[in-house]
Amino acid sequence: MSQLTDALASNIGAGEGAGTETGNAGKRRKKPGKPAKTPRGKFSVHFAHYKWLYLLLLPGVIYFAVFRYAPMYGVSIAFKDYVPFLGVNASPWVGFQHFQDFFSNPDFPRLLGNTLILAFLNLGIAFPLTIVLALLLNEVRLSILKRTVQTLVYIPHFLSWTIVASLSFLLFALDFGPLFLFINNVLGTNIDFLSDPAWFRPLIVLQEIWKNTGWGTIIFLAALATVDQDQYEAAIIDGAGRFRRVWHITLPGIRSTIIVMLILAIGQMLNTGFEQIYLMTNALNRSVADVFDTYVYFVGITQGAYSYSTAVGLFKSLVGIVLIFGTNWLAKRFNQSGLF
Amino acid sequence: MKIHNTTGGRIFDAANYVFLTLIGIITLLPFIYVFAGSFANEAEITRRAFFVWPEQFTLGSYEYIFSTPAFIRALVTTVLVTAVGTLIQLAFTVTMAYPLAKRNLRGRQLILSLVVFAMVFSGGMIPTFLLVKDLGLLNSYWALILPAAINPFSLIIIKNFFQELPAELEESAKMDGATEIGILWRILLPLSKPVLATFALFYAVGIWNDFMSPLLYLSDNSKWTLQMYLRQVTASSDLLGTGNVDPNYIPPEQGIKFAVIVVATLPILIFYPFLQKHFAKGMLIGSVKG
Repeated sequence: MSQLTDALASNIGAGEGAGTETGNAGKRRKKPGKPAKTPRGKFSVHFAHYKWLYLLLLPGVIYFAVFRYAPMYGVSIAFKDYVPFLGVNASPWVGFQHFQDFFSNPDFPRLLGNTLILAFLNLGIAFPLTIVLALLLNEVRLSILKRTVQTLVYIPHFLSWTIVASLSFLLFALDFGPLFLFINNVLGTNIDFLSDPAWFRPLIVLQEIWKNTGWGTIIFLAALATVDQDQYEAAIIDGAGRFRRVWHITLPGIRSTIIVMLILAIGQMLNTGFEQIYLMTNALNRSVADVFDTYVYFVGITQGAYSYSTAVGLFKSLVGIVLIFGTNWLAKRFNQSGLF
Repeated sequence: MKIHNTTGGRIFDAANYVFLTLIGIITLLPFIYVFAGSFANEAEITRRAFFVWPEQFTLGSYEYIFSTPAFIRALVTTVLVTAVGTLIQLAFTVTMAYPLAKRNLRGRQLILSLVVFAMVFSGGMIPTFLLVKDLGLLNSYWALILPAAINPFSLIIIKNFFQELPAELEESAKMDGATEIGILWRILLPLSKPVLATFALFYAVGIWNDFMSPLLYLSDNSKWTLQMYLRQVTASSDLLGTGNVDPNYIPPEQGIKFAVIVVATLPILIFYPFLQKHFAKGMLIGSVKG
């Protein structure tokens, strides 16, 4: 669920600062101009009045300080030579050394290529398929069929990547996997799907499609439900067929949703999904499988190059932030609503 | 409105219905195969390419895995960690959401901004790993629970929910002398059961499915969770060789892989009706604002 929920989370976050209650305008119960009934004077008075509330707030605040903000400070080791017994603060400062090492490392172009190819495959195949599936579901007027298909295609979203990978291992297994045997019977060739580097990317995209396409339709179906029905009637009277109605009414009707989802997808582009890639990586396909996320793990956790791998992770996050702001800027440039 | 269909439209409808039905079935096929395979014997799995019904029904694979201490341990561990973890994460989230729902609480806006900031920026894998290590949580189950104790997204939705509850409820309780904690416990929580159930499911699925945290934090294989065990069992030996695996490990026969996958999937499928309903709703809250 990570990608989409994260995306939505940031969407909600964007709305939060401006005016918290805008989403529920209809149900708002607060009367405007209602005077604050609490003492507005000294903080100590305010604090004493609300001591129980501050006490309740404490565990959460500690959580954010320790598990969210301390690691953000820990990112500073990307500019240091982290020595475990010296800690983050006392480790010697090396500036951009790790970044220079990374950019001059032959791994860098390979990782960048692998990450970008997977990202564009997902963006170019999985993303449009989600919209197509939503459009097809939207055309179904037999509600029992629609509900049944929805129920079925949502299931894989809830399964872990471990299960998806395990299913792939069984289905594509050499010598007895059903898909291996199927190809063997039909084409007469043996394909080693799981370790042949040429099949790594197709498998990853296939898994992504199987796991998340169905679930991804939810947002688009919700948007499709808001398209003005009168326009369809008018189009029918004008003699527009099914495809022209989809092209001229339905798609423009959900354009802003498509753009928002696209911006979010591009912002998440470099997050190729650590678990999925890690699980499908093996000794034979490393050349195409290594991406930033898994590289950080292999170099950082298994080889202990903490500072260097943190620098790699930081580079990836910064590019991600540039991407999301860049796409948003482009969307606005082309007169679309954008995200923020 | 009745849409009058043209011939072309009818053909499209028919093709669309057939196509979507096929999509639905194809989505389900891997499960059906694995479910059927888990009740078949070894010979049948290797002989028949694909089947949805075993010729010879056997519980052998299940008998085997349920007699393996490592599997039992992983299963019990995962169930316990998921149950305890869900409660802890929910408690952390609710206690923080409640004060943040009070509009006149000072410092609220600052904390909310920091929460939102933490949604966008994170320390990343290595700094978080080093923190967990420094806290002495490596090889501890707390490492699977605490770093994800509050999901900022869930926190803000629960906060918004509390904010929408009528203020009169609390005011009358206060007149009766209830404390803030009493109000939260006796009035707000019972009213929020459906919302809490939704986020409990969110957290539970997150912990149950989590592979990255045990991979990072549990190097001791006697502490592995079900997902780690599953990965070890299903990846054949030549495919492993990267990272965290038990070197003394002998790959099992096929039927056992099928059975372990079924056991790891089953809880998700059992809860699926609730998941579908609540997650779909959770997905749409605040997302399509216009």
